[in-house]
Amino acid sequence: MSDVSDRVRKIVVEHLNVEADKVTEKASFIDDLGADSLDQVELVMAFEEEFSVEIPDDAAENIQTFGDAVSFLEKAVN
Amino acid sequence: MFDLTGKRALVTGASGGIGRAIAQKLADCGAEVALSGTRVEKLEEVASAISGKTHIVPCNLSDLEAVDKLIPSAIEAMGGLDILVNNAGITRDNIFMRMKDSEWDDVIAVNLTAAFRLSRAAVKTMMKQRAGRIIGITSVVGVTGNPGQGNYAASKAGLIGMSKAIAQEVASRGITVNTIAPGFIASAMTDELNDKQRDTILSTIPTGRLGSADEVAASAVFLASDEAAYVTGQTIHVNGGMAMI
Repeated sequence: MSDVSDRVRKIVVEHLNVEADKVTEKASFIDDLGADSLDQVELVMAFEEEFSVEIPDDAAENIQTFGDAVSFLEKAVN
Repeated sequence: MFDLTGKRALVTGASGGIGRAIAQKLADCGAEVALSGTRVEKLEEVASAISGKTHIVPCNLSDLEAVDKLIPSAIEAMGGLDILVNNAGITRDNIFMRMKDSEWDDVIAVNLTAAFRLSRAAVKTMMKQRAGRIIGITSVVGVTGNPGQGNYAASKAGLIGMSKAIAQEVASRGITVNTIAPGFIASAMTDELNDKQRDTILSTIPTGRLGSADEVAASAVFLASDEAAYVTGQTIHVNGGMAMI
């Protein structure tokens, strides 16, 4: 379990108020974790803040699952 | 009246009659206020009349690059933003058939596009804070129309529609978005009317007088308050009854 993945999971759990074990690699924020479109925008903002990166809108649109977020951020941080 | 202690507000068009009154009243109720406008000396004059904490953040709203810098500079000055008052507006009146593209574009840019960009930036911060107030100063003519003001009426109606849309998007985050629609308010502009023009206008106002900028500002203070948390997507008409909508 990477450090990035832990930090992303923590944000998702806190923001969407879900159990940590529900946040699996393939879990979709909207379909599986109960997020609405505004939550999704907020998650992206929270990721930007946590990792001090800018996530452009077109990239943000492709972050649909927990796995998407982790792989994007792992690349962005390195 | 209402207690706005600890709230940080940005008022655009703060050197004009209504903007100045709003800034003053927000400050009177305890808010820290960032004053924006194009004329720095005028803003300094407004600031000097306010006893509370103020900041001057000049901005030409027809310059979209400058617009994008306004919210960050207000946040930098105050450490956050709780209340945004999109008050600045311009008119370029003309009979519709003769209206130039530039007259249309200028009015839409300042009255609507700048309000869009400022609101978009403000909402981001307010979402994180889980609280915020966005107040747009529209106009009775945005609802009733007015000959010679096709561009202005469109921009003000646009502001109402935009506010309702944002209000629905962000209501769950503790942010309210409302507009105030003043009717005829006493100002430098109305001082220039002759007696006949004045009488014609007054005959359409049941209250029988022009409104004051303070009467508009009172509604802004209410909408900015915690007490108005359940009021969103609304337009408060401050027009002496000239249009009852």
